[in-house]
Amino acid sequence: MSAGAVPPGIPAIDEPLEQDPAARRRPLARSLLPLAAAALVWNLLLVATGLWRHVWWLWLFGDFLLIVLAAERIGRVVPPRRRKLYERTLALGFPVLAIAAWQLVVDAGILNPLWFPQPTRIAKALWELTVSYDRFSQTSLIGRPWLIPQALSADGLAGAWKLIAEGHVWATLGRVFAGFVLGAIPGILLGIVMGINQTVRLMLDTTLSAIYVLPKIAIFPIVMLMFADPFGEGPKIVVVALSVFFLMTINTMAGVRDIDPVFLMAGRNYGARGLQLFRHVIIPAAMPVIFAGLRLALGTALIVIISVEFLRAKQGVGYMTFYYWEVLNPEKMYAGLFVVMVLGVVLTMALQWVQRKVMPWDRG
Amino acid sequence: MQDAVTTPKAPAAQPKIVSRNVTKIYSTLAGPVTAIDDFNLDVAEREFVCIVGPSGCGKSTYLRILAGLDTLSSGSITVRPGVDPKKPLNSVVFQEYAVFPWKTVIENVAFGLQMRGVGEAERLATARHWLERVGLSKFANYYPSQISGGMKQRVSIIRALANDPEVLLMDEPLGALDAQTRIVLQDELLRIWEETHKTVVYITHSLDEAILLGDRVIVMSAHPGRLLETFHVDIPRPRTVDTMNTPRFAELRGEIWALLGKEVTRAMEMQA
Repeated sequence: MSAGAVPPGIPAIDEPLEQDPAARRRPLARSLLPLAAAALVWNLLLVATGLWRHVWWLWLFGDFLLIVLAAERIGRVVPPRRRKLYERTLALGFPVLAIAAWQLVVDAGILNPLWFPQPTRIAKALWELTVSYDRFSQTSLIGRPWLIPQALSADGLAGAWKLIAEGHVWATLGRVFAGFVLGAIPGILLGIVMGINQTVRLMLDTTLSAIYVLPKIAIFPIVMLMFADPFGEGPKIVVVALSVFFLMTINTMAGVRDIDPVFLMAGRNYGARGLQLFRHVIIPAAMPVIFAGLRLALGTALIVIISVEFLRAKQGVGYMTFYYWEVLNPEKMYAGLFVVMVLGVVLTMALQWVQRKVMPWDRG
Repeated sequence: MQDAVTTPKAPAAQPKIVSRNVTKIYSTLAGPVTAIDDFNLDVAEREFVCIVGPSGCGKSTYLRILAGLDTLSSGSITVRPGVDPKKPLNSVVFQEYAVFPWKTVIENVAFGLQMRGVGEAERLATARHWLERVGLSKFANYYPSQISGGMKQRVSIIRALANDPEVLLMDEPLGALDAQTRIVLQDELLRIWEETHKTVVYITHSLDEAILLGDRVIVMSAHPGRLLETFHVDIPRPRTVDTMNTPRFAELRGEIWALLGKEVTRAMEMQA
């Protein structure tokens, strides 16, 4: 807005904080023109000469650079009310472009489709995994919901439940959820105790740090030994719970120790004692750090459960992915990885939803 | 009522706060450090006492000991309980960020009452009453992150007042605010005090603030913290920020600064 007050003779600095978008509209078109020309020349040159097949990486890098430059120039003149749209377009548009480039490069035979199957083939594989049942490996992503009507009439609800429960996604989700809850709750409690009580902290800190860095998959065989049914769900859930537990303990302890002492003083001075001090001061004050820890723990839980399913499972997304490695079906392996990523995103979003409910004051 | 306030304080028959030979020694790796040395202070009922002194003079430490948030090495402090045994002996107003960010404005104000087991309807009514008195009714359900620093400190002050303590302890409550907000809040403090006549011990860095608010100004020395001198502020109440323009105010400020200025310089040189 202040840009209008600047005399025309004075050159504007490169990125003024506030500016009148109308005044910049024409310079934008003019500044994009050379970029468009460069893009045209660059792509024509490489495609026409066929050079792009040999230096395809340089080709993609050049295009990437041109896109970044163009996006930055556009970003400078986006009016505030369009800002959100611009940011979304960048955040979602670029991955779409990258996937398209992947498709193109493999279609052209530059990358081996055995290692990098085209996104379209991965999508097809994912569809097949979802709607069909591999009788040999007993593999199905979400069970066989399409058989539920028959099962319901034959065995009632139990039959329908069995069809759903065989799904790999549900098996993995169930293990992650059970392990997460079983590990996080005691982890947070112990972390709070260690944050408050110096004696307990000094006694346990070294040991916990040592176990924390131990890869949890290395404990898995020992955990299996402890269970009557080493191949059942028990050891899998426990190993997830352990990895979540140590992370949450260490994280929560740090969060509690970081509480501004003035909050504790205020709490005490206004009569909060014992449990009241926990409920009204210590726990809410440590909450932001606890949630940051939970988010990390969620990632760790997924890593651990997929590794465990690679090793020793008859069900689960990890098992499914590994099975298609054994029969060398890369599309379906990629589809498995995609499912893991989707699980990660969905679970993180669920956690953020919980965080907004639990911490309504944190609207930053 | 007005009498008890405007006349300069002669030592009351039964002081509200009695501090005798208060000494605080910290043991550090380098040996014991004396923060407060043989400090004596009596505060009468309904008296407003301000303590000024250079940084490190132990004034905040004294307040924390008075509040029961720290221990003393020797000596004694007694706060005489009032008629109502359920009333808390003291409530502290801390610097800006002691307002709980996870509680709404009204929950913060009602916090002390909640901890004392006052029923929800009653404590919210009390909190609403105080919010109205400082013009924060509209912000009752806001979180502290959504209001300004000046408002946060108002919340902190009425959180203490809603708790209705025998003694109000204020530890540089306006220290974190900008100069203009500070003046507005000083005026507001004067107004509230005229209405409540609480017994107050007020720690501040600002000599102007001490003279404006206090019945007495206590000057402390640094390293170790000792009581240097007591000044009676004989400017009649009710006062407003305009009181700072009166000749008597300037006179008092000059008189006290002659002593305090030297102390501040000495403390600075000791740190260097």
